[in-house]
Amino acid sequence: MSERGFRETSLAQLTLVRFREFIRQPEAVFWTFVFPILLAVGLGLAFRSKAPDKPKIGIVSPTIGIASAPSIPQPVVSLRKDSSLSVEMFSDSAAARALRTGRVSLLVVAQGDGQVRYVYDSTRDESRTAKLLVDRAIQTGAGRTDPVHVTETKVTDKGSRYIDFVIPGLLGMNLMGSGIWGIGFAIVDQRGKRLLKRFMATPMSRAQYLLSFLLSRLFFLILEVVTLLGFGALVFGVPLRGSLVQLGVICLLSALSFSALGLLIASRAKTVEGVSGLMNLVMMPMWIFSGVFFSSSNFPSAVQPIIKILPLTSVNDALRANMLEGTQITALGIEMAVIMGWLVIGFVLALKLFRWR
Amino acid sequence: MVTQSSALIVKDLRKSYGDVKAVDGLDLEIRSGECFGLLGPNGAGKTTTIEICEGLLERDSGALELLGMTWEHDGNRLRERLGIQLQDTQLSDKLSVRETLELFRSFYKTGREVDEVIQLVQLEEKISARVGTLSGGQKQRLAIACALVGDPDLLFLDEPTTGLDPQSRRQLWALIEEFKATGRTILLTTHYMDEAERLCDRVAIVDHGHVIALGTPRELIDSIGATVPAPPPRPTTHTLEDVFVALTGRTLRDE
Repeated sequence: MSERGFRETSLAQLTLVRFREFIRQPEAVFWTFVFPILLAVGLGLAFRSKAPDKPKIGIVSPTIGIASAPSIPQPVVSLRKDSSLSVEMFSDSAAARALRTGRVSLLVVAQGDGQVRYVYDSTRDESRTAKLLVDRAIQTGAGRTDPVHVTETKVTDKGSRYIDFVIPGLLGMNLMGSGIWGIGFAIVDQRGKRLLKRFMATPMSRAQYLLSFLLSRLFFLILEVVTLLGFGALVFGVPLRGSLVQLGVICLLSALSFSALGLLIASRAKTVEGVSGLMNLVMMPMWIFSGVFFSSSNFPSAVQPIIKILPLTSVNDALRANMLEGTQITALGIEMAVIMGWLVIGFVLALKLFRWR
Repeated sequence: MVTQSSALIVKDLRKSYGDVKAVDGLDLEIRSGECFGLLGPNGAGKTTTIEICEGLLERDSGALELLGMTWEHDGNRLRERLGIQLQDTQLSDKLSVRETLELFRSFYKTGREVDEVIQLVQLEEKISARVGTLSGGQKQRLAIACALVGDPDLLFLDEPTTGLDPQSRRQLWALIEEFKATGRTILLTTHYMDEAERLCDRVAIVDHGHVIALGTPRELIDSIGATVPAPPPRPTTHTLEDVFVALTGRTLRDE
């Protein structure tokens, strides 16, 4: 028997099969590589940082429309001079409708005696902001001076924008999705087609069979991480403040942890339909609670311990700490412990439960 | 080469699923180099028996020896020397014929060249085609190729020709006869009696989980003569299938 090359070994062949089946499935390529980027673009555009809109206010003045009016009241003059406000003049009847439909946030009704009245909904944030700005403009216009002198330093910090928050979240979500789907689906598909049983009738090594899934997973992991982070960094300037090596380690352990979870979910399921439901059941809570699109701290403190135990929460927290704050991996003990815990428990349980036919 | 006189010995094999006794005291002895047919109606226990022999199912009790080895002691050594075609395997649609065979070849320490096996099952033209695009007959030939690529001494074929057109069926018969001609052993299940008559040196008829008749096809046919009246003699020895093949040709239809 001649010496056989590495390519002919079953580990290489099984891994090659994983690649082939993946790239020959355009929909899988789309969901893994294109979809996260489309999502990032969409969210990046929707929540891009920009100067807040000027508050829109309406002025109702009895003198409007009367060309020969003797004088415009002082408060109205002050408001029109203030560049931080967008001012529109209204007659009485149109004004009420403009306020009701949200076209303006606040109405300033000029009284005959030089006094003004504010009409606004105090539960609306933009109306309250408008009130503060309007009041300041009118009072300073009338001669009020600030007793305390204040200086301001304005910053726009990269890392504090929504896109900076959401890119690590999307990365975490992607690691979860491709780990659980990529491994779980393929295994159950082979089991459902009795292909796994056919393999069991050959001398194929079970360890190499499972290893081939992890190897191909790690290869795709590199592509996914580089694509998404590269896109975020180049297009949106998302910061990468932490050590890239440590970021790689976080991604690697996260991917393995989700792979273990995928293996566990797939360990007994016999049909693709059955396992799909199971996967959604596992992933859905993490999409919502683990801080992909908004911070998990929005949820009540009573459920925080449960949220903290979910693997994706730790993955997202660790990714954000590394990328946005440059935190060392050694300072992420709890997060890494949760990730490693799922990894070990997932693999041990999966191997115990795995149905090889 | 196989030196044992018996390739497969099954003694008092039993297997139950709950209350159902799928295999109920089945005995079998297959000689080296013979093609042995396991016949019987659906649910008679054929597939359960063959899957226990293949090491895919645990038996409840009974003795089992293949090529002088047992599953308990020589599992992986045994797998190296068995060729298996299962009734319900679906090979991956996304892989090509060659890729599928390269995968199966990689599982065995020794075996045949992939190209040689592809030639043997006449899939040269489909070598780069995806499995998903193959016809039923082609898929079945590929399944047999996967069973042959490890160069087995004992070949298990579970209803290999079910659902195939006459051309594909005859082509598979030729393949099986070729394998037999090299002196190796085949265990085959089938529902087609003409197939068993043509291919098998001996057959066992199984019902309710045990063997109810055993012998060469000729012996079994003769044994029935005493108890069952023979049908009226047919005018010719040709079958309708011969007509079909004569009219549509022997070449395989690769739709």
